[in-house]
Amino acid sequence: MSSSTATSPLQKEEDINRGSTYHKLKQEKPRKLKKRRKILQNWQLYIFVLPAFLYFFIFHYIPMYGVQIAFKNFNPTLGIWGSEWVGFDHFTRFFQSYYFWDLLKNTLGISVYELIVGFPLPIILALALNEVKDSFFKRTVQTVTYAPHFISVVVMSGMIIAFLSPATGILNHGIQFLGFEPIAFLSDPDWFKTVYVLSGVWQSTGWGTIIYLAALSGVDPQHHEAAIVDGATRFQRIWHINIPAIVPAMIILLILNVGSIMALSFEKILLLQNPLNLESSNVIATFVYKAGLLDAQYSFASAVGLFNAVINAILLIVVNKIAKKTSETSLW
Amino acid sequence: MNTSIHETKTDKMFKVFVYIFLTGALVIVLYPLIYIISASISNPSAVNSGKMWLYPIDITFDGYKLIFENGAIWRGYLNTIFYTALGTFINLAVTIPAAYALSRKDFAGRNLLMGMFVLTMFFSGGLIPTYLVVKNLGLIDTIWAMVLPNAAAVWNIVIARVFFQTAIPKELEEAAIIDGASNFKMFIKIILPLSAPIIAVMALFYGVGHWNGYFNALIYLSDKEMFPLQLVLREILVLQEMSAQNTNLTGSMAEAIHSKQQLAAIIKYGVMIVSTLPIIIVYPFLQRYFVKGVMIGSLKG
Repeated sequence: MSSSTATSPLQKEEDINRGSTYHKLKQEKPRKLKKRRKILQNWQLYIFVLPAFLYFFIFHYIPMYGVQIAFKNFNPTLGIWGSEWVGFDHFTRFFQSYYFWDLLKNTLGISVYELIVGFPLPIILALALNEVKDSFFKRTVQTVTYAPHFISVVVMSGMIIAFLSPATGILNHGIQFLGFEPIAFLSDPDWFKTVYVLSGVWQSTGWGTIIYLAALSGVDPQHHEAAIVDGATRFQRIWHINIPAIVPAMIILLILNVGSIMALSFEKILLLQNPLNLESSNVIATFVYKAGLLDAQYSFASAVGLFNAVINAILLIVVNKIAKKTSETSLW
Repeated sequence: MNTSIHETKTDKMFKVFVYIFLTGALVIVLYPLIYIISASISNPSAVNSGKMWLYPIDITFDGYKLIFENGAIWRGYLNTIFYTALGTFINLAVTIPAAYALSRKDFAGRNLLMGMFVLTMFFSGGLIPTYLVVKNLGLIDTIWAMVLPNAAAVWNIVIARVFFQTAIPKELEEAAIIDGASNFKMFIKIILPLSAPIIAVMALFYGVGHWNGYFNALIYLSDKEMFPLQLVLREILVLQEMSAQNTNLTGSMAEAIHSKQQLAAIIKYGVMIVSTLPIIIVYPFLQRYFVKGVMIGSLKG
């Protein structure tokens, strides 16, 4: 019963909704005059939001305006507006380049692999943790599995490089101990995606359980008691009571994951990339970084980045629509 | 749930299976962490040959000694502390008042503003246009490049807003307004004292982000004097460019270290620990705040 001490998240959400409908009813009455008075009365609140507004305007909306250089030949002396238009030239050049399909294949390959392996594991771990009533053991597992979340991506990459080294890495010592040949994980393109995905699983599975555990703590114990009386086994109770309780959280996370398929966190890829594994580690995001910032091909790199962002937005909207049609849950 | 009702055989087996699974997960996550600690204080040749696999062998603190004598690591550490402190302060100054204002139902235009902020989670100009903005503002190679391009995170504003909507009693605000308090006065005298939990959660989320971040420094800084710790670590751990001239080696030790690689081997596990130390120290005490933050976020998600 240790988990039921936390307040139910579902209940809180209900409170918020009730609050807003109550508020809507109240808002129906005031006329324009009252609204104007409200703005004047609360002018200080606009000052509260001002820094955030300026931040988003300068560092997010001005770059959105600046993305037009993808359709221009950007010349720093002429500026963004003054540079000459070239239409879709940069896009055609990208689509016709020999590396286009490799980049697309690697980007999608790594993301889908990550989704298939990384999505179910936090759910399984959360369901298992939820079955444990021994709070010391449960707390230990939670504390330990959450911890890797706080390791920086540089240290994580350093760990991967150190552990997987063919000559000195502990993993290869283990492999040799079992009588196999050492594997050059980071210089073999065939291994790159697996290394990337499994190290990610190690780092983030524990942290990923939090949302599911929150949803599970909202399950009414009476359901379980009734099911026990009816003779349901533990497994049946998980299947019919616990899993339906976390389905909304699952759908939201699935939408977010699919929606960010093209936007995979490339910081780790950039650190683990080397000329030998480039064949399978070259993804759109690292390509944009190299073409844009290292080779200063600003317009071309912006075009590639924009292509990526557009695919991403389309995926997000489509998946959200599907979720809305097939279930009650969606992002908007 | 765990009443004394007789458990069936399958249920017991299931329970055993659950415990085995969780113990497996525990060992898989814990082992690399223990290995790093042991390796950082073992003789490097025992580490590299695989003789050391769990307990430290030939305990030596040479690695840590080299780290403490290394100017680049110290400088990186100080830079990171500075960026983290300044950056987190700016984050809080931007996030908390904005989230509070956006939580107020009588704030006209709040939905429009919130929509404008949330939209940036899904659409952005991308790496290059953002870089050009930072460059045109003249922020390259200044401390501002480390703290302004990430002055706020939408998700954290959403979390803080949910907190203000649910945890601050509306009656308090109404009473303050009737008493004639201005919004500024109310925010400082009434709201902030009640916001300690959310300020802690936000400071932790942002602080860890600054401490662990390397990418902004990679693209916006070229002056090595300004490098944060993570970029110094990148040179040691990933590029393995740790050159002997960076360290003030004393005679006998310099003889013992033949190559850069060997030097990297001695210090690499130590720097992993030293760089993560502040987080390791605060984590056990603050774990519940982190978890709380994620849970508030999941309400809205």
